[in-house]
Amino acid sequence: MPCVLSAPQLLARDFLEIRAKILEVAASLDRIERGDGSVADDPRTAQIRAGLEALSADDGHVERGGRAEQVQLIFSLPYEEGWRRKWNV
Amino acid sequence: MYYIDPHIHMVSRTTDDYETLAKMGCVAMSEPAFWAGFDRGSVDGFRDYFRQLTTFEPKRAGWYHMQHFTWMCINAKEAENVRLSREVIAMMPEFLDMPGVLGVGEIGLNKNSKNESIVFLEHLDLAAKRSEQILIHTPHLEDKYKGTRMIIDMLCDDRRLDHGRVLVDHVEEHTIRLAIEEGFWAGMTLYPTSKCTPERAVDMVETYGPERLMVNSAGDWGPSKPTAVPDFILAMRRRGHPESLIRKIVYDNPLEFFSQSRNFNFTPPETPATVEG
Repeated sequence: MPCVLSAPQLLARDFLEIRAKILEVAASLDRIERGDGSVADDPRTAQIRAGLEALSADDGHVERGGRAEQVQLIFSLPYEEGWRRKWNV
Repeated sequence: MYYIDPHIHMVSRTTDDYETLAKMGCVAMSEPAFWAGFDRGSVDGFRDYFRQLTTFEPKRAGWYHMQHFTWMCINAKEAENVRLSREVIAMMPEFLDMPGVLGVGEIGLNKNSKNESIVFLEHLDLAAKRSEQILIHTPHLEDKYKGTRMIIDMLCDDRRLDHGRVLVDHVEEHTIRLAIEEGFWAGMTLYPTSKCTPERAVDMVETYGPERLMVNSAGDWGPSKPTAVPDFILAMRRRGHPESLIRKIVYDNPLEFFSQSRNFNFTPPETPATVEG
C-alpha cells in the first residue's frame, strides 16, 4: 500500500519535526559528554553510534525492511536457534 | 468515528477515563489479564482479579454505553513462579465460559526465560484443548525481537492452533512481519517511549497493508494514553487515508477477530445496550 502523500509533501510536512528530533539527539549526546566520567566503553554508546550510522546510509534500506527496522534490530538482543532443544521445553 | 480498543487495561484507569473514551467514539474494548503492579501471592488473588474483570469492569463500561470484553491468564511477569502459574491455569476454566470472556491472554514472554516458556506452553495447551482464542504479549525493548521469535516458534510448533485465531500484540517494525507472514493477527500498541507512535503505526499500515492489523492503547499503570487510538485515526487522516481504511483497522478488524470467540456478543453502537446502574 503506497503513501498517499508524495515525497515532497511528506518532506514539507515533517521537516521541522525531523530537525527538532535530530537536535534533541545532538543535545543529549552533548549532555552526556559534559558529564563526569566516560561512557566510551558502554555498549549502549556503540548502539547509539550504529543507530546513527543506519540513519545516514542512503541506499538499500527498503530491501532490508527500512531504517526503522534496522535501528530496532541494532537495539535488540539476538535470537538463538535451537533454544527449545537447549532448554528441553 | 466509532472504534474498538482491542487491548486496554481498564482496571488501572479511572471512571473518568471510561467517560472520555466514550466521548472519543470508543464503543467497545477488550482487556487482557495482566500484572497488577506487584506479584500476587495466591490463586485466590487471581480469582478475585478475574471476578473484577468479568463483573465490575463490564458494568463500569456499560455506564457509558461501551461494551467490555476480557481474557484470562497469569501474565509473563508472574510466570517465574511455575507452581502458582499452574494453580491459576487449573482455575481459569471457572471463567472461560463466562459472557464476554474471549479466550486466553495476554500470555507471552517478558524476559524470555525458561520458566516463562514453560508457563506459556501450558497456557497454549489449555487454549488448544478448549479451542480458545489467544492474545499474545510480546516483550519490551531489547527483549522484543528475541522473545517474539521464541513465541512464534512455540506457536508454530503446536499444530493444533489456528493462526487466524491468535493475536500477536505489541508488534513493531522488526517483529510485525514475523506475525503477519505466519498468518497471525498483529496488534500495534501506541505507547510512549517503549512501543510505537501513531505515525510509525501508519507507516506499518502503508508497508504491510491493513489485513489482520489492529491498533490499541494498552492503557495501564505506567505512562500511557488511553485515547491513543483516536490519535492514530487523526494521524491516518493527516496522511490522506480514506475513512473506510481507517475504519477497517480500528473497528472492522477487531470485530472480525473477536467474532471468532463463542463469548463475543457485540451490540453495534446503532442499537446501544441497556445501561445498568
